[in-house]
Amino acid sequence: MLIEVEHLTVSFPAESGWRDVVRDVSFSVGKERLGIVGESGSGKSLTARALLRLLPTGHRWSAERLRFEDIDLLRADEAALTRLRGRRVGLVLQDPRFSLNPVMTAGQQIAETWRTHKGGSRRDARSAAIDLLRQMRIGDPERVADAYPHELSGGLGQRVMIAMMLAPDPDLLIADEPTSALDAAVQVEILRLLDDLVARRGMGLVLISHDLPMVSRHCDRIIVMRAGQIVEEVPAGGLAEARHPYTRGLLRCLPSLLHPRARLPSLRDTSGWPAS
Amino acid sequence: MIAVQELTVRLGKADVVRGVSFSVPRGGAFGIVGESGSGKSTILRTVAGLVPEWSGGMWIDGDRLTRTRSKASYRRLQMVFQDPYGSLHPRQTVDQLLSEPLLVHGIAGVDARVARALDEVSLLGPLRFRYPHQLSGGQRQRVAIARALIAEPALLLLDEPTSALDVSVQAEILNLLADLRRQRNLTYILVSHDLAVVAHLCPRIGVMHHGEMVEQATVDDLRAGRVFHPQTAALHALHLLLERV
Repeated sequence: MLIEVEHLTVSFPAESGWRDVVRDVSFSVGKERLGIVGESGSGKSLTARALLRLLPTGHRWSAERLRFEDIDLLRADEAALTRLRGRRVGLVLQDPRFSLNPVMTAGQQIAETWRTHKGGSRRDARSAAIDLLRQMRIGDPERVADAYPHELSGGLGQRVMIAMMLAPDPDLLIADEPTSALDAAVQVEILRLLDDLVARRGMGLVLISHDLPMVSRHCDRIIVMRAGQIVEEVPAGGLAEARHPYTRGLLRCLPSLLHPRARLPSLRDTSGWPAS
Repeated sequence: MIAVQELTVRLGKADVVRGVSFSVPRGGAFGIVGESGSGKSTILRTVAGLVPEWSGGMWIDGDRLTRTRSKASYRRLQMVFQDPYGSLHPRQTVDQLLSEPLLVHGIAGVDARVARALDEVSLLGPLRFRYPHQLSGGQRQRVAIARALIAEPALLLLDEPTSALDVSVQAEILNLLADLRRQRNLTYILVSHDLAVVAHLCPRIGVMHHGEMVEQATVDDLRAGRVFHPQTAALHALHLLLERV
């Protein structure tokens, strides 16, 4: 197992005491593709950040077990966390416009990451960066390497981000809504690229999204979260047989080109799970 | 109700919309789909009067739209944007946000109209004196729709109105928009990258590609795969793939 989480709870201060935003969550991830699906506020992103101990300040967290392979994240100090973050686990966020440095070229940023983790000369780092961009199926990697983030489209920006995250050869990639800011055709390209990279490098992938059909196409296993809890775990191919009313509700409320309906069912009409 | 004839829009040195024509009857809904940068949002912004440099013709109920618009002409159409947080003034309460269009257009009975507008979008009374940051994304989009409708326009321009929302909230907003159109005989132009969303609300769609509207089709044709332009076929195939679970 790459990651083992048992009884993870994350809380934030609210007007009336502490409010649990992740509640008693347990799961593990191996060299596989795990999807975490939920709506905003379901705790899916905080769960992923807890895996890197990257929670915002002011929170409180606890777990009975939180491990990344040989690293015990319950006890890890900053030095151990620094060796984990980036090097062994990469994190790709939603919008490359906010996660890339606007005053460095794409190539400089990838090269910097590569050198931080692997050492070597500037020249080696530059050629490694261009090679990584080529692996992202970018046709003219030299041009992209010399471009600043604002000169790149959303899809190219996200490829640069992924290239940077893959530079240290991590064992696991966590992608938090990696394609939500991109249009549909580019989304498909980026997800196919991720599929291919994960398979070729033998990495684990945690893909976080609100888009249940998309996650089912690109993962092996899906965890559905609602109000901080895991409500159901389903194999990606078995979404049609999902049992929990919330999972079924998420699928039913999507408009469909093939199966038109005059009204879309709303999740508020659905009952059958305990009120939070 | 609205007719657009050979519309060309120039931004900087490039024509981002080239020779686009379409029309929508009163009470109808027309969807515009296309990739980002295809010019679909620019069409909406030009109809709304937010883009000064354009050529061609646009008519609402037979009246030609000019580059400078009268206050009365702005009352006929309203726009709803993708991000309700960006489109609502953060320092105004819901009550102020909804009252402003009424004051601008000199419409009487502000208090009762604001209460009714909130009721129509299913927002409860206590929300009336909250600020946008105190509302959820779905509530904010309901406020944006209430604000767009309060001066009783005939034409609603919807730019990705559900793209920033959760799927369950998207379902509620799409139902609300369908109900309002029927009840008030409103005319919609809806722009979205999501073909399923467009097909849900609009019986006719236009496909944009590199600034041109390459095909117009009914949703029935689209569902049956009776489309001609490669771009429409590609979009159709992509969405069939996206719907597969």
